[in-house]
Amino acid sequence: MIIGSTLVMAVREVRRNTMRSILTGLGIVIGVAAVILMVTLGDAASRKVTADITKLGTNLLIVSPGSERRGPVAVTAPALTISDATAIGREVTAVGQVAPTTNKSALVVFGNLNHNTTVTGSTNAYFAVRSHPVARGREFSDAELQGGASVCVIGDTIRRELFRHQDPVGATLRIERVACTIIGVLTAKGSGTFGGDQDDLIVMPLATVQRRLLGSTDLSAIFVSAVDDASTTRAKTQIEGLLRQRRRIQAQQADDFSVQDMKEITKTLGTVTGVLTGLLAAIAAVSLLVGGIGIMNIMLVSVTERTREIGIRLSIGALGSEVLFQFLVEAVVLSTLGGVIGLVLGLLGSYAACSAFHMPFAVVPWVVVLAVVFSVAVGVAFGYFPARRAAALDPIEALRHE
Amino acid sequence: MSEHPLLELIDVRRRYGSGDAEVFALAGASLTIAEGEFVAVMGPSGSGKSTCLNVLGGLDRPTSGNYWFRDVDVGALDRDQLARFRRHYLGFVFQGYNLLARTTALENVELPLVYRGVGRRERRAMARQALADVGLANRESHTPAEMSGGQQQRAAIARAIVTNPSLLLADEPTGNLDSVRKDEIMQLLVALNRDRGITIVMVTHEPEMAAFASREVHFRDGLVEHDHRRAA
Repeated sequence: MIIGSTLVMAVREVRRNTMRSILTGLGIVIGVAAVILMVTLGDAASRKVTADITKLGTNLLIVSPGSERRGPVAVTAPALTISDATAIGREVTAVGQVAPTTNKSALVVFGNLNHNTTVTGSTNAYFAVRSHPVARGREFSDAELQGGASVCVIGDTIRRELFRHQDPVGATLRIERVACTIIGVLTAKGSGTFGGDQDDLIVMPLATVQRRLLGSTDLSAIFVSAVDDASTTRAKTQIEGLLRQRRRIQAQQADDFSVQDMKEITKTLGTVTGVLTGLLAAIAAVSLLVGGIGIMNIMLVSVTERTREIGIRLSIGALGSEVLFQFLVEAVVLSTLGGVIGLVLGLLGSYAACSAFHMPFAVVPWVVVLAVVFSVAVGVAFGYFPARRAAALDPIEALRHE
Repeated sequence: MSEHPLLELIDVRRRYGSGDAEVFALAGASLTIAEGEFVAVMGPSGSGKSTCLNVLGGLDRPTSGNYWFRDVDVGALDRDQLARFRRHYLGFVFQGYNLLARTTALENVELPLVYRGVGRRERRAMARQALADVGLANRESHTPAEMSGGQQQRAAIARAIVTNPSLLLADEPTGNLDSVRKDEIMQLLVALNRDRGITIVMVTHEPEMAAFASREVHFRDGLVEHDHRRAA
């Protein structure tokens, strides 16, 4: 029999029982929509994470003291010092810029307003390595850096909290007990991946923070940029080698410091979101299965209802295989229709959810293809049994059926 | 009338059930039908006339004996071969019309052509012609529910003859109709037999209908009891 006429008959049959067809297809609609929604949202989330980390700088490496492994017993590792930073800058070829940093949380006061923030002591390299340039004003001068001058560059949140609409450049802030002149304002970066505000900080010359706020020459971390995106792994290996040597770590001993590579962190986060997405999609796929069973149920009812019609077709000369094909096509039309509607709903839902959560919306091509292929497959798988039952009917019995 | 045999039943038995419940609907019936005959098959209920028609139509297979259709041993065909046999040589008319519900007369008549793989345009033209032949040219787009019993039976006859079958099998074709319609349907069958040379085997229990045929075969207890040709 011609495929075209079978398809026409199937579509007509589906339209004849509109309400029943809608309800039958609903299972597939919900299943496909749920899978699309889960995968698209998961993809958007991991895209956002990646984009946020890229904002931090993909060629960024963070060297910090202490092992990455956290056990019940805290092992105090020797701190990093400015000479470590200098050595990295001097000896590691794959390294571009090095920004030794130290941190202290402090209360900042201007006039009658105050704000709790983090004060970072570093060099001008910090602005480049963290991809966080000065928007207004200037960076530190060499004299300021060497002399530990009381100057600072403030993040956009500090400007907003303490200065509102005034120009902060040139004003004097009080950081704890230290009076400090503002020489620049950083560009606004917005919130980070983990919800933290990346603009809530004050940068001062390293020497100033060490001498006047901390009274210690320890560094909390060294931010390093690789010469380019491709050399982060090489830079990491070289830094590890150098620090093991400088800290006299024996061959079989573990590192007592860590070098984190932003790319690795991105990859790890990507894996985590990927696993989560897969899990959610798998749960959603269960509803596809339920939808398939719904189709099988209705097709079985339909075969019983149309026993006489099957008898007529058989007596006219339809082959068993043609009757089977007809019912199979009907099931596939139902499931594919459900799949396509589910696809549209899923994409619309994802779009709405992405805008609501400020995530970048993008269609994931493979899941679209998979959803359609899967809904066709559900139709074939769950339509086969009822169709075979129809094809196996005895024509005389079927014709007698009321 | 040609004396060429179209089909031949030789000592055909059809058994239902087994053991104590064993019943022979056909108990060794033999029957030869020539091309172009119009045969009325009669007999009380349970005489085996319906089973005979099912065997002739390839819907049922003899338990033993042979059924030759021209030079084909129909009794030896498998399910799919039987379907193809029906598709190419047979047309069926039933007591209950058996048109597809909610489907127009034209589409009903097209159905056998769909299974023959006839293209859409040609199919449509042939179906229109067949409907015109039975006098339903103006009922093409009516569904069975919108037609009277007589019209439905005409549409069913159109469906049976649209493929130009060698053999038309009719099972009580007038059973559900009033006497005027009965007459019309019988006239139509006679005309098809006379003008187009279609061999017709019709099961009926009404002698008035059997009178239209050129030959009467009476069944009793699964055997042919009488068989007589009417003088033309």
